[in-house]
Amino acid sequence: MQKSLHIDPGKCTNCLQCELACSYDNEGVFNPAKSRIKVFTFHDEGRFVPYTCTQCAEAWCMQACPVDAISLDAATGAKVVSEWLCVGCKVCTIACPFGTVNYNADSGKVIKCDLCGGDPECAKACPTEAITYIDANWTGLDRMRQWAARTDAGSGAGASASA
Amino acid sequence: MFGWLRSLFGAGPAPADERVERPAAPVAKAPAAMAPETTMATTAEASGDDGGRDDGARYVIVGAGPAGVIAAETLRAADPDGDVLIVHGEDGPPYSRMAIPYYLTGMIDEAGTTLRKAADHYDDLGIRIRHGRVERVLADDGRLALAGGGSVTFERLLVATGATPIRPQIEGLDLPGVHPCWTLEDARDIVRLAEPGSRVVLLGAGFIGCIILEALVKRGVELTVVEMGDRMVPRMLDATAGGMLKRWCEGKGIKVLTSTSITRIEPATDAAAEGGGLAVELSGGETVPAHLVVVAAGVRANMAMLDGAGIDTDQGVLVDHHLRSSHPRVYAAGDVAQGPDFSTGGFSVHAVQPTAVDHGRIAALNMAGGDAPYKGSLVMNVLDTLGLVSCSFGRWQGADGGEQAERIDQDAYKYINLRFEDDKLVGAITLGRTDWVGVVRGLIQTEVALGPWKDKLIADPHRVMEAYLARVGTA
Ligand SMILES: Cc1cc2nc3c(=O)[nH]c(=O)nc-3n(C[C@H](O)[C@H](O)[C@H](O)COP(=O)(O)OP(=O)(O)OC[C@H]3O[C@@H](n4cnc5c(N)ncnc54)[C@H](O)[C@@H]3O)c2cc1C
Repeated sequence: MQKSLHIDPGKCTNCLQCELACSYDNEGVFNPAKSRIKVFTFHDEGRFVPYTCTQCAEAWCMQACPVDAISLDAATGAKVVSEWLCVGCKVCTIACPFGTVNYNADSGKVIKCDLCGGDPECAKACPTEAITYIDANWTGLDRMRQWAARTDAGSGAGASASA
Repeated sequence: MFGWLRSLFGAGPAPADERVERPAAPVAKAPAAMAPETTMATTAEASGDDGGRDDGARYVIVGAGPAGVIAAETLRAADPDGDVLIVHGEDGPPYSRMAIPYYLTGMIDEAGTTLRKAADHYDDLGIRIRHGRVERVLADDGRLALAGGGSVTFERLLVATGATPIRPQIEGLDLPGVHPCWTLEDARDIVRLAEPGSRVVLLGAGFIGCIILEALVKRGVELTVVEMGDRMVPRMLDATAGGMLKRWCEGKGIKVLTSTSITRIEPATDAAAEGGGLAVELSGGETVPAHLVVVAAGVRANMAMLDGAGIDTDQGVLVDHHLRSSHPRVYAAGDVAQGPDFSTGGFSVHAVQPTAVDHGRIAALNMAGGDAPYKGSLVMNVLDTLGLVSCSFGRWQGADGGEQAERIDQDAYKYINLRFEDDKLVGAITLGRTDWVGVVRGLIQTEVALGPWKDKLIADPHRVMEAYLARVGTA
């Protein structure tokens, strides 16, 4: 069973350990601006929401890539950017309706969550279990997929038609 | 309120039922992973002369751009028994026009422009590629006639032939040294002529023109940009953003002439030839010397092959919500297709990569017998002009009577403008922002009712990501 990142914003305290761990592990710097996970703040409600790629089935980023630089990691299900192949065109950054592919101007390439190859640093760094890496086999899946299907293009209908 | 996030985030990789199974491209960062030699070897083999041989397949796709290739892969997944044949009108393996600018700058070589990197990708999937140009579509017969003889039969046809650059009516446009920048072959010519220090005139500062602009500047040429419209990228950016972009370019030493056209191109006289082999006469009366003129004056759909086939066309091949043309066996996708427009409810040509990709996938699902209605394309562009990134989405010009939210910081080259209809986001322009920008597409295309978040966005339009997080689960 593949695992996925599970986020429970109710447990997030905005400590930003996830952002630091992510940027350090992936970019070698402690810099939240370079993190692939970001905690969005809702100060008026006192809520903090960590957010990153859900490795969605539609993978608009992967489909849109003109040079095959985003591929599926069969072991984790992650959509992984090849820094070697990416030309920095940014089409994936606008194609992803979740906004979770970002451009890194320093490298001239895009970055997105790759689940750290199956051992996500953000989950390990989270002190409150707001971010966990658990079996993907649970009930929220359908809702998420429905939502994604609304985004563009009949992908939901296509799924049932072609299944 | 945030209970929905459990589901949004808990969702891991979904089962691959409707996924296009694509063999993983090399993810290693080592240059060896790209294996350009291997890729080009396939090229040589694939570009062998296919002669006048007759051929056929259940699914035939004309065109090997992103629309054609994604369609082929989707067909393979949706109908594992149906044979798939791509007729490719250019040499070499399928490549991406979008990669051309990076070939021009030298970031990648020709192998780097290919749409798929694994050498045996198409063979592995059992997708055949035949090189040749389609001259006629005989839709009722289920047959294509190829240039040079030979025909290809089909049960279902996808026309994914893209577009061709428009040649404006300008005297001298056929002189050597004047080139469009559309195919890999064009790119090879430009690489030859656009050397560091050479003088280049770029005709057109539309979306494609601006992409080429950056590549030319990076090649170290001395560039003059001539645009008929009153601003840069007039069909993608509003006056504020277009003005900021022009100022940015001028700050980088590029001469940008808006509201200007080229009236004539002549071979340069000996005296002027030092500045280049061409003399480019402008509407203002000025003449600019040039070694190279690059023409980026727009494109039109490649559909001449449908003449006489009784298929409805307008700006492109007219297709319905299943990407099917007026002929039941013929579908169209990508730059050649005039399909459902998400924003207007009408039918438009949206000649951009994301639309080509969506079209290819949806058309293929329907060709394979599925029922995959298309919600319509949302026009979206992202442009990096020497470090200044601009994006536009949907109805950035605004909806009738709709409100807008705007933040301008001229000095910092930062701008955002959001357009609403009722309490939905329908369009946006951003300049100088790249983070989490795709969520604008999500907000527009999922038609999220913004509720209280509309006012919050009017107060601070940069909070698009927060608006999405707050509203998506409750919509
Ligand atoms: C320099 C450049 C930069 C670009 N940058 C961007 C960008 O940044 N973002 C973006 O969204 N879009 C960009 N585009 C546009 C994008 O490349 C197109 O929207 C996209 O390629 C459309 O895909 P398509 O498959 O519909 O057509 P194409 O990619 O044009 O493919 C058409 C295919 O049909 C074949 N063909 C045509 N006629 C025939 C025939 N008669 N017989 C057989 N085969 C035929 C061609 O050989 C080709 O293989 C750029 C384009 C260019 C030229």
